[in-house]
Amino acid sequence: MKMDVAVTVNGRKYQASVEPRLLLSDFLRDTIGLTGTHVGCEHGVCGACTILVNGDSVRSCLTLAVRADGMDIVTVEGLGTPDQLNALQSEFREKHGLQCGFCTPGMLMTGMDLLKKYPLASDEEIREGLSGNLCRCTGYQNIVAAIRSVVALRNGSTP
Amino acid sequence: MKPAAFDYIAPNSLEAAVEAIAAANGDGKVLAGGQSLMPLLNFRMTRPTVVVDLMHIPGMSFIELRGNAVAIGAMTRHADLEFSDLVAQKLPVMAAAMRHVAHLAIRNKGTIGGSLSHADPAAELPMLAVFYGATIRVQGSNGRRDIAAEDFFVSALTNCLDPDEIVFEIDFPVLASHAGWAFEEVARRFGDFALACIAVSFDVLDDQIAEARVAVMGVADTPRRLREAEQALKGAPRGPEAAARFAEVVRSCLSPPSDIHVSAEYRKNLIGALAERAFTTAWTRAVGEQP
Repeated sequence: MKMDVAVTVNGRKYQASVEPRLLLSDFLRDTIGLTGTHVGCEHGVCGACTILVNGDSVRSCLTLAVRADGMDIVTVEGLGTPDQLNALQSEFREKHGLQCGFCTPGMLMTGMDLLKKYPLASDEEIREGLSGNLCRCTGYQNIVAAIRSVVALRNGSTP
Repeated sequence: MKPAAFDYIAPNSLEAAVEAIAAANGDGKVLAGGQSLMPLLNFRMTRPTVVVDLMHIPGMSFIELRGNAVAIGAMTRHADLEFSDLVAQKLPVMAAAMRHVAHLAIRNKGTIGGSLSHADPAAELPMLAVFYGATIRVQGSNGRRDIAAEDFFVSALTNCLDPDEIVFEIDFPVLASHAGWAFEEVARRFGDFALACIAVSFDVLDDQIAEARVAVMGVADTPRRLREAEQALKGAPRGPEAAARFAEVVRSCLSPPSDIHVSAEYRKNLIGALAERAFTTAWTRAVGEQP
């Protein structure tokens, strides 16, 4: 059994015929070749595969590609470019918010959604928001610092 | 891992979905938000021949006030409940609990109908359904029926539904007079399933508790309403002695299990400590102070 899927990813339209069991994470990486989205645990625990679907962060390993038909997806490739990082990416670089980089796409996509939905007025709130994303380098301090810095810039104060 | 192959149907009516799941003869799975089912599929712990997806059925996602109850469509996402003004106004215990439900990315997909049907004994929504005395409305081949939340959860990960029945709506009665309320949970990591959790609410008359509601989860194989503890709260005054007495009653009602995370003894102590804290916080709210 194969089904047609048409999605917009980072502003570009893609179409493919896929098995219903194909995970959205595998569709992004293998079917259309966007390997920025990382696959860690494949059962929704590590957060590495987090992407934005219609503006909301979701685990791409916990959804079927066929369910994304007609939807608007943003992956880490859609945030900024090496020459022009977006604000969150830029603070990740500034604060050394990544070490090996494996968790980073998921951290960034989660961070984008957290910044949109919560005031993130305290480190505690930032840490709560990131609790579904694992960094096995344990570099959490600087990831929190990067998000704190974006919040500060947004509120017009010096980070 | 990846799911084993299955046939996939996404009908656009509840009737067609019931028909499809009935035709699967017990070999089908209903897909709502997928945040519990997808891990099971990925691990091949379940290998259905057909997956019936509810996402294209219109009218299954709503939160609306109907008389003295908040009616919630089964496909309403956790994040919809978390950010709902109506839930914040009418179901404050639910509003407080929602941020404890997994993580934002899960709440953006997971649904109330899915969480209730999955029936995890340490999940917030089944406990909230029991706490509020919600009515779970289901449709099957033989029509519709209403199930009281306390009858819905049979044991861990087991509900009382027939294989051809699908939850389509949940009605939560508003506890309008309960000015005092609290939700207390401890998990190993924020957003993880609870090691123990208690919800308490009550109203106060002449400086004493008049009528109370108490439910717990993570300490038995289903969420449980503790009527004995509700009775014990009647007439209770504010203060640490009454809080300690309440905690003792809650402890005596329960014989929680040991598991890989903590011992039974730890869990029993924990639920008592949370009961004490919940009692104090609820009283603070009942007298109009900020907790």
